[in-house]
Order: sequence, then structure tokens, then C-alpha cells
Amino acid sequence: MNKILHKIYLFLILLFLYAPIATLVVLSFNASKTRAKWGGFTFKWYQALFQNEVILEAFYTTLLIALLSALFATIIGTIAAIAMNGMKKGSKAAFMAVTNIPMLNAEIVTGISLMLLFISFGMRFGFSTVLFAHITFNIPYVILSVLPRLKQMNPSTFEAALDLGASPVYAFFKVILPDIFPGIISGFLMAFTMSLDDFIITHFTKGPGLDTLSTKIYTELKKGIKPEMYSLSTLIFITVLILLLLVNKTPKDKKNKKGSLQEEIIL
Amino acid sequence: MNKKWLSFPYLLWAIGFIIIPLCMVFYYGFTDRDGVMTFENVVAIFSPEHRKALFLALLLSLISTILCIILAYPLSLILAKMGNGKNSFLVIIFILPMWMNFLLRTLAWQTLLEKNGVINSILTYLHLPSLTIINTPAAIILGMVYNFLPFMVLPIYNSLSKIDPNVMNAARDLGANGFQAFLKITLPLSMPGVISGITMVFVPALTTFVISTLLGGSKILLIGNVIEQEFTQASNWHLGSGLSVVLMIFIVISIVVSSLSDKDGEGAGF
Repeated sequence: MNKILHKIYLFLILLFLYAPIATLVVLSFNASKTRAKWGGFTFKWYQALFQNEVILEAFYTTLLIALLSALFATIIGTIAAIAMNGMKKGSKAAFMAVTNIPMLNAEIVTGISLMLLFISFGMRFGFSTVLFAHITFNIPYVILSVLPRLKQMNPSTFEAALDLGASPVYAFFKVILPDIFPGIISGFLMAFTMSLDDFIITHFTKGPGLDTLSTKIYTELKKGIKPEMYSLSTLIFITVLILLLLVNKTPKDKKNKKGSLQEEIIL
Repeated sequence: MNKKWLSFPYLLWAIGFIIIPLCMVFYYGFTDRDGVMTFENVVAIFSPEHRKALFLALLLSLISTILCIILAYPLSLILAKMGNGKNSFLVIIFILPMWMNFLLRTLAWQTLLEKNGVINSILTYLHLPSLTIINTPAAIILGMVYNFLPFMVLPIYNSLSKIDPNVMNAARDLGANGFQAFLKITLPLSMPGVISGITMVFVPALTTFVISTLLGGSKILLIGNVIEQEFTQASNWHLGSGLSVVLMIFIVISIVVSSLSDKDGEGAGF
């Protein structure tokens, strides 16, 4: 009896969470151009999508920014995590506090603060400003997924490598990196997806000429969303589904179960 | 080994892109167009229209946060009770919706809620009274709960799954019934998760301008909408920054409250 109630509750929540997504998928096959009417089944928006250069370019920009920002954030974040792991309690706490600012602060405040920064330094709004902004909010995700890995490491292995004659750089690549690699990968994927999904911060840091998918959708709101957008987001959804399955396939030993959950919380 | 220099790149980045920008918000918030110091932009929150927007945002985000707890707690209990192998799958199920562009997802609720939308068609078919909440505060609350529910589920779920089942067994052995054990063991041990969930839902809900734009029509203004308009339409950055400073006061309050009640950082999330 209890089990049936549980199943019903789960089902209702799933319905609530997936109803809009199902709606979007259905709309991507809707022959009528408006959201309000069902005009029959069609694949034409999928064909139109690949001829719609405006949307494809926004998609390309979105991917490029996500890839570059995740890459830079992973490099800076991993180095920072290694440094933080070796710090004394006080300075580590200070670094953690700063790291938490972009995560806890409202996105709108992060967005306008960066906008004011770029304005004051006379930077031209465009690709680079968005990239800087995305790297900034991505770094914490990398740090928070690499740090638990470092904490679990036995520091003696690194010292043992040094004792056996390895240079610190060589020892890093042979001993530390393999151990923290899953953390780096999940940090990278997290950063990538956060960047892909961001609207608010991009909204405040982009110039007039540049559009990511989110900002494109936002400007299309008044005129009506192009149905190609639905077909593209259906395709993206499937891609992200595959991506997420890959994140979950990242090898995890049992001991790390808590760490990996922690990572997923941050998602 | 001295690893201090390794922290320099991030230190520089954090100063340049986190700390200085925040200082700029305060600088703009406390000066006028001529660079003269003033409290006008911050005090502007007390003007009737801004006060109304802030009050409405506080009210709606508070209601959404409470609704999120009510929905998320039983859900997390169910998830935590299910077998361990299934958990990662279920977590994916609940996180996955977050990855479809959130503007489109929220927009889809328009299609669902509209006067002749999907939900009303079903209700009419079942001869039930129709639902007219689109472009009302109720629709905004629905949008907030929809968007931020996962932020509540995950920390609660995390703190629940950390509870050692033996503590529960001990309580039952000592004669507590299921309800007593829940009240005395499970609930207190899961509080850090609930509290961290509250911050993770309350802050984005309080500051949103997208959900209110998409589901509230153009007439309902939340404090987030006001700030956004000051920056993108009115170009009054000083006023926008001043109001953001006020907003940050509420964010800091909610963070301090949550860190006070969660001293050992048990509550998942950060």
C-alpha cells in the first residue's frame, strides 16, 4: 500500500517536471507555427533548423563559449584546488569564502557587477566579455569537484615519488593527476553545462551583435519563438541526456560515493 | 612543499572578476551620476513602486520556498528509501530537466496554462472548472517551484541518505514507533539539508526577473524586474546598483542564517 503511494507520488512529481519538456518536444513536431494550435505532425522544423543560420550561429556561439569557458575554468580551478588543498586552515577558509560568492550570490547581481566592471574598464562588449563572465562563474564548480578528490588522496604517494627521484612536475602527472582526474572531468562537464544553460549573466555581459541560444530566445519572446528553436532544444536535450549518462559512467569507487553525490548536488 | 604560488592565477582572477566587480556595485550604488556620494539609490527602495516590487518578490519567493519544502521532503524520503543502485538513476531523472533551456521550459508552462491551453482542454474534457492562473502571481509561484524544486530535493536527499540506518534501528529497538523515530531522528538529522535547500531556492526565487516576465505577463513587477529594467532600458546604473545592494542584504541574511544553523557544513551543496 505504502509502496503504491510512493510510486504515485513519484509519478506526479515526474509529470510536473517533464510536462513542459514533453510540450516542447511535441511542439517541435507541430506543423502549425503558433504554440497555441496543433496543426498536424511534421519534420519540417528539423529541416528548417539546418537552414536557419541565425539560430545555428547562436548555437555555435553557445557551444564555443561553453567549451572555452569550461576549459579555462578547469585549468584555473584545478590549479587553485591543488593550491588550496595545501593551505593552512585560515587562508583556505578565505579562498573558500571567495569561491562561494558566485555560487551563493544572485545571478542578476553577478551579471550587473561584471557589466559594471567591463564598462569601467572600457572593454568592448562581445564574445570576450561573455567568455570572462562564464569562466568566472564556472571556476567554483571545478574547484568544488576537484577538492574532495584531493582530500582523499594519500599525500605520502607524492612524497614517495619525489623520494624515488621524480621531479615535482613528473610526479604530479604520474601520481596526483590520475587520482584526481575523475574530479577534473566531472568539474569540466559541470562547468560546460552550466555555461550552456546560462541566461542571466550572459544577458548582462553580451554586446548587441552577439547572441547565445538563451539570449536569442529572450529577444524572440515578443515576436514569437521560431519553431526551429523547439527542434534544436529537443536535439540538445537528447545530447545532454547522453552527456549526463557519461558523467555518471565516470569510474567511481565505493569510498567516493559521498563525494560524487556532493558533486551532483552542485549540479 | 611550497605550493603557494599555485594559488596566484586564481587569486588574481577572483580579485579581478569577483571582488572588484562587487565593489563596483557598491560604488555605483552609493554615488550619483556626478560621482558624488549619496544614499538616494539605496533609500529609493522605500518609494511606493520599489517597495511594492520588493514586498511581492519576498512574498512569492517565501511561498515558493515553503511549497518546495512540502513537495521535496516526502520526495527525498522516498528516494532515500529506494535501493542504492537506483539512486543515481533517480537523481539524474530529477536533475535532467534542468538542462533543457530554462527559458523554453518556463515558456512551455504558458502553453500548458493558457486559457485554451493543454491543462484547460483536459479539464474541460473532464467537465471540471477551468484554471485561469496565467499572468497572475500564482503562475509565477508555479514557475519558481518548477525551476527551483531540484535545488531543494538534492540537499535534503543528500542529508537523508547520510543518516546511518543503525541510528534508526536503535531508536526502534528502544521502543520508538515509526513516527516518533522520524520526529526524533530523521527530521533533526536532515535539517542541514533543508536549510541549505532554503538558501538555494530562496535566493534565486527572490531575485528572478525571467520567470515573472514569462509567466506573470508584463504587469507584475518583481524587484528583479525593476533592477533589470534600470540596467537595460532606463540605463540608470546607479539606481539599479543601489537596489542590488538592498537585494544583497537579503541574500547575506539568508546565507548567515543558514550557516549559523549549519555549523559543520553538513548540509550538502557547497
